[in-house]
Amino acid sequence: MIFWELFWTFLKIGIFTFGGGAAMVALIQNEVTVHHHWLTTQEYTDILAVSQMTPGPIGINTATYTGYTAVLNAGYGPWAAVAGSLLASFAVILLPVALMILAVRFLQRYRNNRYVGSVFQMLRMVVVGVIAAAALQLVTAESFGHPALSLHFIASLLIFLAVFVLSMRKCNPIWLMLGSGLAGLLLYGLV
Amino acid sequence: MVKYCELFWSFFKIGTFTLGGGYAMIPLMEQELVDRHGWLSQADFLDQVALSQSMPGVLAVNMATGVGYRLKGLRGSVVAVVANVMMPIIFIITLAMLYRYFRSNPHVEHFFMGVRPAAVALIAAPVFKLAKSAGIGWKTLWVPVASALLIWLLGVNPIFVILAAIALGLLAGLLNRKGNEA
Repeated sequence: MIFWELFWTFLKIGIFTFGGGAAMVALIQNEVTVHHHWLTTQEYTDILAVSQMTPGPIGINTATYTGYTAVLNAGYGPWAAVAGSLLASFAVILLPVALMILAVRFLQRYRNNRYVGSVFQMLRMVVVGVIAAAALQLVTAESFGHPALSLHFIASLLIFLAVFVLSMRKCNPIWLMLGSGLAGLLLYGLV
Repeated sequence: MVKYCELFWSFFKIGTFTLGGGYAMIPLMEQELVDRHGWLSQADFLDQVALSQSMPGVLAVNMATGVGYRLKGLRGSVVAVVANVMMPIIFIITLAMLYRYFRSNPHVEHFFMGVRPAAVALIAAPVFKLAKSAGIGWKTLWVPVASALLIWLLGVNPIFVILAAIALGLLAGLLNRKGNEA
């Protein structure tokens, strides 16, 4: 039953997301493309691109869109897919919301506890690796072009490097995404 | 007295008009909650940001939960969270439904061919900034590198890597205490 699996998967993703939206995107990717095969890597990259271009938290946007596509790919109609998208976003925020309420109520005084501090220090380091692995897994021939088919591959490499450097210099991601899309339209449309 | 409709409207605006994810929402939240309405002091706001970053989940949703709860209890947190994610979810569902129809259009495909490597670059770019704020040096570089390789090459589920990090962190805390006592 896809709905139950979707709920359980996104419940897990929510509780194991340390480090915000990018970490959540990495966990969603592993669950839906590697573990469950609900989506292909290319479908997931497209969803990621749309989630980065639309308003709202990227983790929630990606969960919503992934829930929709996973149900659709399982052979259900578009309204069942809407239910899937709502279910995924509900499941992904359920446990963090409950924990945050408990934290505001009871746990704040434990924040300076030695064990809590040392666990978070380790988590922060590991999450860097988790996000790096997600980025590496997304570099596929479908999204970047096959090295032998030169134009697509070289253009993708240049776009990747340009966006990487500009985003480190705090350029607005929306303009970077729209610029890259425009470059794609011109490059692949005219050539 | 904070009204539910004011709380709803504030988080509705924050969720609907911020492009670029949770971190982009923080300045807008500060403006709305601290400067405009005076619902939280600057110190309480920063405290809530720090707490939201250290708890699991998405930053924006954690912020909405914490602020809503501080102002109006359990119902307040539900109102703030729903207001925060409502429009983004409606946008995404609309786009997801439209994408199926436009996918075969060559212009859309060309646009996505350009945008895909950019989407990957936006995931890769924060890695170095996060590495700096996590205080990773030459001695601790093996931790993120080993985590990335385990997931990327060996196909280990990242959830297990995170569980291992929690266990290692607890162990390090225990060893530190013994070290201090000796």
